Amino acid sequence: MSENKEKYKNVAYYPGCALEGTGHAYNKSTKAIGKALDLGLEEVKNWNCCGAMEVKNVDPKLQTYLSSRVMSIASNEMKHDVVMAPCNGCYHNLKKAEYDLENDAASVEVVEQISKKAGHETYKAGSIETIHALDWIKKAVGEEELEKKIKGGLKGLKVANYYGCMYTRPRNIFPEKDQGGDSESTDKPHYMDDLLAVAGADNVDFPLKTACCGGAHTLSDSDTSTKLVLNILMAAEASGAEVIATECPTCHSGLEMHQIRAEKMFGKKTNVKIVYFTQLLGMALGLSKRKVGLQENISDSYALMKEKGIA
Amino acid sequence: MPIHEKSLIRPENIKSHDELVIEGIDVSGHWSTFIQSRVVTDYNEELEEEISALPGGEYIHRCFQCGSCTNACTVNALNADFNPRYWIYLIRMGMEEELLRDKEIIWQCVSCNKCTYICPRDVAPEGVMKATSHWLELKGHTPKSHSTIFDEVFTDQVMETGMIEESRTIRGFFGRTKQSLTQGWLIEMVKRLMRNLPVEMLIKLGLATFLRPRTKNWGAARDAMKEYAQEQHALHRKALKLDQVTQSDDSNTANQETN
Repeated sequence: MSENKEKYKNVAYYPGCALEGTGHAYNKSTKAIGKALDLGLEEVKNWNCCGAMEVKNVDPKLQTYLSSRVMSIASNEMKHDVVMAPCNGCYHNLKKAEYDLENDAASVEVVEQISKKAGHETYKAGSIETIHALDWIKKAVGEEELEKKIKGGLKGLKVANYYGCMYTRPRNIFPEKDQGGDSESTDKPHYMDDLLAVAGADNVDFPLKTACCGGAHTLSDSDTSTKLVLNILMAAEASGAEVIATECPTCHSGLEMHQIRAEKMFGKKTNVKIVYFTQLLGMALGLSKRKVGLQENISDSYALMKEKGIA
Repeated sequence: MPIHEKSLIRPENIKSHDELVIEGIDVSGHWSTFIQSRVVTDYNEELEEEISALPGGEYIHRCFQCGSCTNACTVNALNADFNPRYWIYLIRMGMEEELLRDKEIIWQCVSCNKCTYICPRDVAPEGVMKATSHWLELKGHTPKSHSTIFDEVFTDQVMETGMIEESRTIRGFFGRTKQSLTQGWLIEMVKRLMRNLPVEMLIKLGLATFLRPRTKNWGAARDAMKEYAQEQHALHRKALKLDQVTQSDDSNTANQETN
């Protein structure tokens, strides 16, 4: 077990575009908890966009190439065995590229052809393991060790854990999930619940853990996204949650943005706060609100955290 | 949860007459309603083949109409007319005119992949929705949806610089769809963001809009990707037999202007 833990203690880090922009607080808090837990993150050199959903919609194989280039640099140039992506979109796309390159000859051919012209080594399926920030804490630290490092904790903060779509669907690109034991479930994911419970949160029974926030059409079909987000916010409040913990910059900014839009356009005000799970974990580890970028969120949770004695 | 689908009898096919006497019997009013018979004469036998030729549509032939996709669908829960199972049926039957009745909403698929997750036949209905949306646009049945425009603005930027700088994508999208950036809720969001944002973060975000973040030595990758995109685009047009129709090619994303 401990040998296995070592594998995840120093990993390649792929922040992706969103974490350089709207998801900056996620970037900051992820790095901060890595430091607090003595974990090494080496940023992928000269990385590029994973292709996101948009390039996939234009052409899926172009997205496969973009993601494969990131994995090629992390494995071939930087000699890492593991790459960690905190963004659900990046994580999903690296996983999808891995699956396609393992199973689809046509994708392999296109990736070989573009990589050759682009002048870098072609990524070979199986060279690197892609993990999410949740897997990272779970595998490199684990609940037992994490519990020992908690300083202050979350003091029974009522949390709805929101995982979104890309972390679990479709099932075929996540062969390690649904394997029983300590593996993640695609139907009822629990890694975030597990970690925040150890950090002292009171996880509420939240039925919309893997509901869709409409992130794909957040600007192109905003009314649909607002309705979907409002469902999530209202379900969290009805479950008794004070905050929604997020693990994806697109979900997070979508919830924040459409919480305001629901208020302005539909007259539906909700009070539940939206916080990255890494920010909650960081504060539970005794990091300051500044270190986890709490006030860089649009959703202003500082008063609540102060009242609870967390921040 | 059972699926409640719409009736195939449409209001315009229901005929009742305020005053009607047939063979001396008064059949006025709605107690005697007639349903106009429905005759399908416009089968497009190539419809399934065409949609299969576009990315995402490859596995449509596997569908055995269980309806799990519609049952799981996020958008169907908001709008019962959004019905992937029904559209897959129409495409496989070649009922093009029926499909075109819903042409304005098919693009609204949010790609949550609940359908692909649940599908027992690995049809990947999410992909079929994308392929069908592209088919509608390539055939000229609908203008490019806002979703397609967003995808293109985004993809152009990734191809050019290797990375996304979000404010540029947003400005490009609002510009191409001729929407105002001064909508009340957007202003409110920026105000709330500014309220607490540390100064160094403001400077960093501000600088990113001038100094575009980019992947170094990206030129060769960009050219290879554009070349591939152009080849694919030509193949799709050929599969839809569009080549002989028009020379002007405004849907080639690789040729779009970048912002």
